[in-house]
Amino acid sequence: MRERQLRARDMLRGDLEGDELERYVEEKVVMTNFEKMLGWARSNSIFPLTFGLACCAIEAPISIVTARYDLARFGAEALRASPRQADMIILSGRVSIKMAPVVRRLYDQMLEPKWAVSMGACSSSGGMFSNYAVVQGADKFMPIDLHIPGCPPRPEAVLYGFTKLQRKIQGNPDQGWRQRYGAAGTEEWARGGPHSEPSAEAAEAYLAARELIGA
Amino acid sequence: MAEAAGIKASMAGASSAGGVGSGGPRTEAQPPPAGPPEPTTGPVAESTEVMTVNIGPHHPATHGVLRLVVDLEGEVVRDLKPVIGYVHTGIEKSCEDKSYWKVIPFVERMDYVSYFFQMEAFCGAVERLIELEIPPRAKYLRTIFLELNRIHSHLVWLGTTALDLGAISMLWYCFRERERILDLFEMAAGQRMHTRYFQVGGVIEDIPRGFEQKLRSFVEDMPVRVGQYQALLDRNEVFLSRTKGTGIVSRERLLELGVTGPLLRAAGEPWDLRKAFDYLAYPEMDFKIPVGTVGDNYDRYRVRVAEMVESTRIIEQALDALPEGPFIAEDRKYVLPPRSELSTSMESLIHHFKLVTEGYRVGPGELYYAIESPRGELGCFVLADGSAKPSRVHFRDPSFVNLQAFRDMSVGSYIADMICSLGMLDPILGGVDR
Amino acid sequence: MPDAPGLELIRGAIEQDNPGAVLDTGFEHGCASLAIDPEQLLAVLGWLRDAPGQGYRFLSSLHAADYLPAEPRFAVHYELLNRDRVERLRVKALLADPAAAVAERTDSAAVGVEAGGPAGGAVAPFSTPPTPRQPQRDGDEGQLLPEIDSCVELFPTAEFQEREAFDFFGIVFRGHPDLRRILLPDDYVGWPQRRDFPVGGEPVTFTYNERNYG
Repeated sequence: MRERQLRARDMLRGDLEGDELERYVEEKVVMTNFEKMLGWARSNSIFPLTFGLACCAIEAPISIVTARYDLARFGAEALRASPRQADMIILSGRVSIKMAPVVRRLYDQMLEPKWAVSMGACSSSGGMFSNYAVVQGADKFMPIDLHIPGCPPRPEAVLYGFTKLQRKIQGNPDQGWRQRYGAAGTEEWARGGPHSEPSAEAAEAYLAARELIGA
Repeated sequence: MAEAAGIKASMAGASSAGGVGSGGPRTEAQPPPAGPPEPTTGPVAESTEVMTVNIGPHHPATHGVLRLVVDLEGEVVRDLKPVIGYVHTGIEKSCEDKSYWKVIPFVERMDYVSYFFQMEAFCGAVERLIELEIPPRAKYLRTIFLELNRIHSHLVWLGTTALDLGAISMLWYCFRERERILDLFEMAAGQRMHTRYFQVGGVIEDIPRGFEQKLRSFVEDMPVRVGQYQALLDRNEVFLSRTKGTGIVSRERLLELGVTGPLLRAAGEPWDLRKAFDYLAYPEMDFKIPVGTVGDNYDRYRVRVAEMVESTRIIEQALDALPEGPFIAEDRKYVLPPRSELSTSMESLIHHFKLVTEGYRVGPGELYYAIESPRGELGCFVLADGSAKPSRVHFRDPSFVNLQAFRDMSVGSYIADMICSLGMLDPILGGVDR
Repeated sequence: MPDAPGLELIRGAIEQDNPGAVLDTGFEHGCASLAIDPEQLLAVLGWLRDAPGQGYRFLSSLHAADYLPAEPRFAVHYELLNRDRVERLRVKALLADPAAAVAERTDSAAVGVEAGGPAGGAVAPFSTPPTPRQPQRDGDEGQLLPEIDSCVELFPTAEFQEREAFDFFGIVFRGHPDLRRILLPDDYVGWPQRRDFPVGGEPVTFTYNERNYG
């Protein structure tokens, strides 16, 4: 410990030379590119939005910020109530048809870069509620970056999903089974990505509909 | 108090209008009034502008997606309209499409904090329709889990409501106890929430070895912890001044509005369905019902905290008196036979097959069965038409009916008192919206 | 619950003041129920609440049910509770669907009198169909909606619950201060919990198959 302090003092004074300096720089200084650093910073200081819909809300955001499954150790302790200040929205719970426009509005109010996590079966795909009142997956109206299965998912599962999101933010997404089984082309991208552009017919129909309503 | 209200309102309304301010000039910090405040002098009295504020479905407080359209004059609430339905899931309609067995996980998810109570309401209603008697061990086990769930619900309530009122540490402490309860649920049923533990005829599985010891240690610790919570809150000046004297509704008005549960008991009415109607093992338990005097928010807090302690007593007595025997009824027409029999008995195999593929049929009839959930009277109405699927399942949810009292609690008081009353009202929007 | 003879006494007492109000009584699984004529609803509920010796002052639950295909189709249930004697009583008001009556005006004489069916045999449907009245309120597609008086004056707790029955079944409560949808979006078309409304949802699609195999 004392040795390190002496070496640091020498370095600051400009007394280290040659090989010693090289060794010192290799040990202490990190060289990276800006995107990686940005990704690292962003992923470790996510501000989640305090947004709970239904049962999953009791597990997250309440249970994961409590002492046992501490979200603070991932740097995401600062939950923000205003969407303008948050960068991650966890859709915890079933999205009913009345709530869907509200969620979309919240998502639109968030500033880039932003990530959406769909927690639980109900917001990923409608869950067990295949009926008139629940939107069958939040994918229908907003782009989702991460789906966490479970009903409700254990807080550990949410945290595992959170670490996966962190890897995604850092630009190093965890391919999971696609890597293991060589299924590289099967991703479905919500935005960006190869299949996120609408087909020609769909684009035409969309424009025609816009004209029809006079937009 | 005015500051906290301002911040709360601005945070709450952010999703709708990007920030909100109270109409009219804000008063300086006033000592809290004894009764509903009527500003008679000063800037607030001269302001006659009524501003409609939307406390939108996105709340910082985790009471669920409740939208309140509040008419404010200064900081005094003049009118209040709750808009609900933001988590309406169509559970009752979905239940008509499923066999009785499959309905149980659906109805669990209505009031998502007290899930055992919905299971009990539904299973109890169906058991009464088919006149199936559940064995005593199942009754006691159900009672134990119901009371554990009651403690769990009150802990969630206490943690989140204290958080609303500014006592942030309470959240961590209450959820520490809650984790112990969830460990117990996981030990018995395999899942922390929505355990699908009650079945028509009893419970799905017996409690495992080691459950009793763990439950006993929890029950011993719980009154000490409740004492710690009370030590944190009972002499907290801010908490007391925010809750004493606020949100008062008279007993008669509460009864007119159909309010039950701790809200009614806080107003002085000793009405508890556990004592009034004999169901499960409650007739053999010796417990008291905490009853308040004034009916303000402080009384509601005290009633619920005392209920937690009473629940631990019930669990203790039920554990001591837990009878041996089967944990589910033996009637194979409605209850799955144990798997060990499937390889030896043809009849069991046929029963199993019928139950799993089609489900059991419940003869034509209709029934309303109500139990005491942590929020009040939870009633289940089952209309059976003789087939394997219920024709109508309706839940009389206590939060839905209690929400009608919210207007009476808040009109004429400050918006900060309204937030306090909302916490003490303890609505769970999953139950309100179903 | 009032036992079976007690129930008959109640029926007799109601019939004294309001003849023709009680259509049937039912006592099964330990629950007592009265089926009444919807036109005399307020009189019956008021009597049960206020008459000395009755005191059913607490309305536990107000909900509706759809007995399709039995006639009359809708019923509004009032679960009353007497807290002094700890007794529950269910009052059922049976409503026919005016849209169906309009559609099948020629068949109106053939409304069945079967005693079985979803009501559990405890309540016989009307032996003669109710005379079709001109309703004051139309549904969203101009359909006719069943109507009944609102009991908010007697039991203020009914406010939200009647709105819920309106929201899901389209039953109009005359005299309700603010009858509009409560749980569904305001512009929703349809009455979801009627038996002929589909559950909804969508089938599971396997996009890999769709994309690759058409």
